[in-house]
Amino acid sequence: MNKTHRVPSNRSLSTVEVKSKFGAEFRRFSLERSKPGRFDEFYGLLQHVHHIPNVELLVGYADVHGDLLPINNDDNYHKAISTASPLLRLFLQRKEEADYTFGTNSLTRKKNTVLSAVLLRPDATRKKPPVIISLPRDFRPVSSIIDVDILPETHRRVRLYKHGQEKPLGFYIRDGSSVRVTPQGLEKVPGIFISRMVPGGLAESTGLLAVNDEVLEVNGIEVVGKSLDQVTDMMIANSHNLIITVKPANQRNNVVRGGGGGGGGGTASGSSGRSSDSGASYYGYSSHGGVGAAAPAPSHIIQNFPVGELESEEEDDEDLVIEVGGEAESAGRDPADYGMPSLPRYEPHLNLRTPSALSVNGAALASGSSGPPSNANSTTPSPDRAAEMRSLEEDGTVITL
Amino acid sequence: ICGFSWSSFVSRVNLSLSLLQTVEHGFPHQPSALAFDPKLELMAIGTKSGAIKVYGSPGVEFTGLHADTTAVTQIHFLPGQGRLLSLLDDNTLHLWELVAGSCRCVEDRCMCPHPLHPHPPHPPALLLSATRVTVLLLMRSGDLLCVGTEGGGVYFLELPRLSLKESQTLLQDQIIQRRVLPDDYRCGKSLGPVESLQEHPQRPGKLLIGYSRGLVVLWESTSRRVEQLFLGKQQLESLVWERSGNLFVSSHNDGGYSVWAVTTGNNVIHQPVSSTIPYGPFPCKAINKILWRTTQTGSPVVLYSGGMPRASYGDRHCLTIQQDKEHVTLDFTSRVIDFFTVHGVEQDEGRQFDEPSAVVVLLEEELVVMDLRTPGWPSLPTPYLAPLHSSAITCSFHVSGVPPKLWERLANAGRAHWPICGGKNLAPPPKNQELLLTGHEDGTVRFWDASGVALTPLYKLSTANVFHTDCDPSDDPQDPSDDPDMQQEEEWPPFRKVGCFDPYSDDPRLAIQKISLCKYSNKLVVAGTAGQVIVLGLSDERSAHPVDVSVVDLLQDREGFTWKGHDRLEPRLKPASFPPGFQPLVLVQCVPPASVTAVALHAEWNLISFGTSHGFGLFDYHRRNAVLARCTLHPNDSLAMEGPLSRVKSLKKSLRQSFRRIRKSRVSGKKRPVATPTSKEANAALAEQEDVAPIQRRIEPRSADDSLSGVVRCLCFADTFLRDGTHHGATLWAGTNSGSVYAYALEVPGVGSGRACERGAGEGGVCVEAVLGKEIQLMHRAPVVSICVLDGRGKPLPDPYEASQDLAIAPDMANAHSVLIASEEQVFSLPKVSAKTKFKLTAHEGCRVRRVALVAFGSVAQEDYCEHTLVCLTNLGDMHLFSIPGLRPQVRYDCIRKEDISGIASCVFTKNGQGFYLISPSEYERFSLSAKTLTEPLCSVQLDRPLHATPARSG
Repeated sequence: MNKTHRVPSNRSLSTVEVKSKFGAEFRRFSLERSKPGRFDEFYGLLQHVHHIPNVELLVGYADVHGDLLPINNDDNYHKAISTASPLLRLFLQRKEEADYTFGTNSLTRKKNTVLSAVLLRPDATRKKPPVIISLPRDFRPVSSIIDVDILPETHRRVRLYKHGQEKPLGFYIRDGSSVRVTPQGLEKVPGIFISRMVPGGLAESTGLLAVNDEVLEVNGIEVVGKSLDQVTDMMIANSHNLIITVKPANQRNNVVRGGGGGGGGGTASGSSGRSSDSGASYYGYSSHGGVGAAAPAPSHIIQNFPVGELESEEEDDEDLVIEVGGEAESAGRDPADYGMPSLPRYEPHLNLRTPSALSVNGAALASGSSGPPSNANSTTPSPDRAAEMRSLEEDGTVITL
Repeated sequence: ICGFSWSSFVSRVNLSLSLLQTVEHGFPHQPSALAFDPKLELMAIGTKSGAIKVYGSPGVEFTGLHADTTAVTQIHFLPGQGRLLSLLDDNTLHLWELVAGSCRCVEDRCMCPHPLHPHPPHPPALLLSATRVTVLLLMRSGDLLCVGTEGGGVYFLELPRLSLKESQTLLQDQIIQRRVLPDDYRCGKSLGPVESLQEHPQRPGKLLIGYSRGLVVLWESTSRRVEQLFLGKQQLESLVWERSGNLFVSSHNDGGYSVWAVTTGNNVIHQPVSSTIPYGPFPCKAINKILWRTTQTGSPVVLYSGGMPRASYGDRHCLTIQQDKEHVTLDFTSRVIDFFTVHGVEQDEGRQFDEPSAVVVLLEEELVVMDLRTPGWPSLPTPYLAPLHSSAITCSFHVSGVPPKLWERLANAGRAHWPICGGKNLAPPPKNQELLLTGHEDGTVRFWDASGVALTPLYKLSTANVFHTDCDPSDDPQDPSDDPDMQQEEEWPPFRKVGCFDPYSDDPRLAIQKISLCKYSNKLVVAGTAGQVIVLGLSDERSAHPVDVSVVDLLQDREGFTWKGHDRLEPRLKPASFPPGFQPLVLVQCVPPASVTAVALHAEWNLISFGTSHGFGLFDYHRRNAVLARCTLHPNDSLAMEGPLSRVKSLKKSLRQSFRRIRKSRVSGKKRPVATPTSKEANAALAEQEDVAPIQRRIEPRSADDSLSGVVRCLCFADTFLRDGTHHGATLWAGTNSGSVYAYALEVPGVGSGRACERGAGEGGVCVEAVLGKEIQLMHRAPVVSICVLDGRGKPLPDPYEASQDLAIAPDMANAHSVLIASEEQVFSLPKVSAKTKFKLTAHEGCRVRRVALVAFGSVAQEDYCEHTLVCLTNLGDMHLFSIPGLRPQVRYDCIRKEDISGIASCVFTKNGQGFYLISPSEYERFSLSAKTLTEPLCSVQLDRPLHATPARSG
């Protein structure tokens, strides 16, 4: 969470003016800033003032930067109320007709979703289980920057979620050489680089990878000494849950650590990298939109994800077994969505534990994978990593783009 | 008797890793030199890559590698000493010797090259290095080496130190300045390079020196004077003494040879006794080498290579054997490199004649031996050095523990007398017989005895006679006497086709793609490029019977699909005559006739299964009916597989590729590890690379509609639990290129829980049925390389008949079975439905699985203890060993260079941890992952030189 983005209300106005738009209709009303109430009350109020009691709505608001951001739980509702200055502009849509995209600059370039990492599910019209839709159920992560607190500032670890998506990964890699500092001075060493991005592909749309970024690791395994073909095969083998650590060619957009305490979520996450067995082990930063989008506090996310579902993340590429006469069932514990696109699969968008275990020790995973999955998850970081993290643990995480 | 051995350095480096490259089978790639030691009866072959291989009787083999990859141009044995001299293309001389020690002992230095120093301290030696060595002659005394050079000088070196004896050097000027030499030999020009050096057979120290321009000098080396001059007019190619020393023969550039008499008292001899151009009168090519061997019956045997009429047969590779009226022109398919005769040892006083018993001809692609004692000079089958690549190898199959019955019937070919029998094979007779079957491009299957060090051909099976092809299958080139046309024509020269190297395939559709042999029931399944699957049975009698033909449509009425590839082979209409051995019983032809990509045989159930790029089928060869056909093409994949999967599309293309392959094989360097460049060089190389556009690789997950997705990669029969945990029964498993696995439950009469003993009675009318049990789609869609079923103890199920005939421990049917599926990416096992263990090899190492085998490793300490391990050969040429069923990585070995794609593709594993792969088109490298089972030369040679374990190096 980024404090610099917050514009504190210095007018000490006790009410927030609300302008709500649904289709072509506008409604104006006001809310008590100090007592905004809960989200479901607010949602009911909106249905009431627009006279659409049984219509399912998507609620969005324009934040101070002109970004269209969602309101679908108490947290972002409170955030929206507290940052309204003074007018809170709301945009309502029928859920089945939704065509807005939440994210940065989303109001100015509506359907141009180049930088938007949070996409509305395209299959929103499909049948949904009758549960209250909240943020994680409504959105599927597409990419994330992970392990910010344990990586050097010059590196970036990006996770691409290809799962069940039509969009191609859309990038190419090549051989190249990079300059390393060695005791003997500068030395050119062979390396693997991103050579091309396919327009409209997943990699390009995340904005987290760029041409000439050097690939350092693939799913926690260093690529040093591996050939282009080997790295290609590794990436394809991991394509359903690809985690690439790159050294971006453009070092100006790096994650900057510092700023002391940081926002509430930032502090909580700074030290979390060390323990990977507790439920609160999130690195607390997600790259929704790549900008300081109002990231909810980690504690809320945890509530949205049963622990069991988190752990199953490792087994993300389940194979499909068809019994004769019966319907398809997954070979693993949780239902896979291969071949069954109607069954939505919900990814824990901030689950960073598996990749951290992966990157800590590839061998540990090898042995762990044959045992119960919890082994892999409880892998403790190697001592040097722990030391590195300790030096960083007081840092909050702040990002600038 | 002491044991001596040579073994290559390569194997020792790998010993610490316990991956041993034990022995090379087959014919050395690109041989360049040949030598024979008549005393020890050892033969040496040098290659263009700097290797020297020494062979004696079968099983006696030594290998050495020069430090440089330079072609070996000449090899000479120091007779009886176990030493040999090699001359390399870079003008260096190396002395080698067999060193004491057992083959397994790795401490001693196996190779002791004594290089001739390129910059020696003595000026005359400098001169030697400046001029190119053309010929070498080892004097019979054994301590002197004569070196003929391009500049015409003859130098003498002391052995074994290879130090120059300056006082003995004979420069050309000393000959030219003779008064007796006619002017036309002097006239300012030199005599040309020394072409031949031959020592007088009776009087040591007398040398015959032949110069390129024709002059031959008899030189007395002790008194340093010219005894006689022979004024040859033609360019000289080679010289040979007659045994008595009264005659010598010279061969010439114009295709003729001359016999010269050595008579005392006459200093200059102008005319030879006789001179003939055997293949004249039109211009002929040179006779490169001639041998003259006396026999007791009177007429000498003359053997020479070349000399063919230039215009009509200038492109033939020929060797002529002549004695009296008998005259045979051996017509080879590849270039003659060198030849020698095996004949009586010279110091044997009682003998006055050479009495050659055999001639050994080294060709570029094979070794041919002709028996000179048997009238008609038939060729002898070689017990080793067989040209594996006589037709390109297209697949291979290994059977271990062959029952003696089958072995005897196969080995009926009979072992002929082999003339090279030096050394003693110390290796114990193999515990079990091993067979290697190779499928070839010409539709033949060759059976090799792979039990020992010498890979001996046992039997050759041709499948071409099942079909009606353009070439008449009865046209056997090795048997010209049967052909009436040939006899009538009275062809001159009297050619006789010899050797079996014939890389040109008549019909590429005949090429064998998959082989499976059941060693207990003697049933063989052979599948080929045009979708043909042939079931053969072993018979000791010649038989002419019709072959049942069935056609199986694997497309199953798929709409809108047209096959644009080759036609299926036409089965022969009239019954063909099949020689004893494996004789075809049933022919199944797949439609469309795409290349067969997988076969499985279960002789106990009388079932075969076969897969192509379109689907797979199940056939009951006992009842001659197709049980199942299943199309594996993806519905979106309408464009895929309309053409053949085979790399050969047409005969024309096949020929073109054959040429390309030959050319490629000529340039490919091999075996020797490339020196790792320094980082500086690497950086320089990198800097250069940056200028060219880099290669890009697209990163995208595999999708269902990639072409070739339907290719069936593996098939497997198993008696296991498919439907539920209590009733086991026959099952068939198939895996495809796109990660699909199909499992069928089979209803085989008499097989299954509780009914196992009822077989035989009442099976007449019942048919085999197949019901689809499960379909597994692997998420990553990587090709399925292998499927096998493990029993309740995690051991692989035994082969058909093994359990029922008490040849193996019965599988554990009490506990749950699991199936091990190896895909290109991952190796994992599934019991019933859910994934049990998984190892993601590609995700970790970036390598793909190419070959998979379950191998039993025996314990060295405990005789009966063995563990099963999964061995994966990856596309990087390394081997990963995994425990089963836990799939824990055990070890990893680098085995084959990753650039050696054909080597990786050709790799075959045996069940006891050995394996073979092609290191050249003609050679198999044998390796062993198990310390218990090693096949390596273990032999001794009796030497009459004093034993120096570490001889002094030349200083």
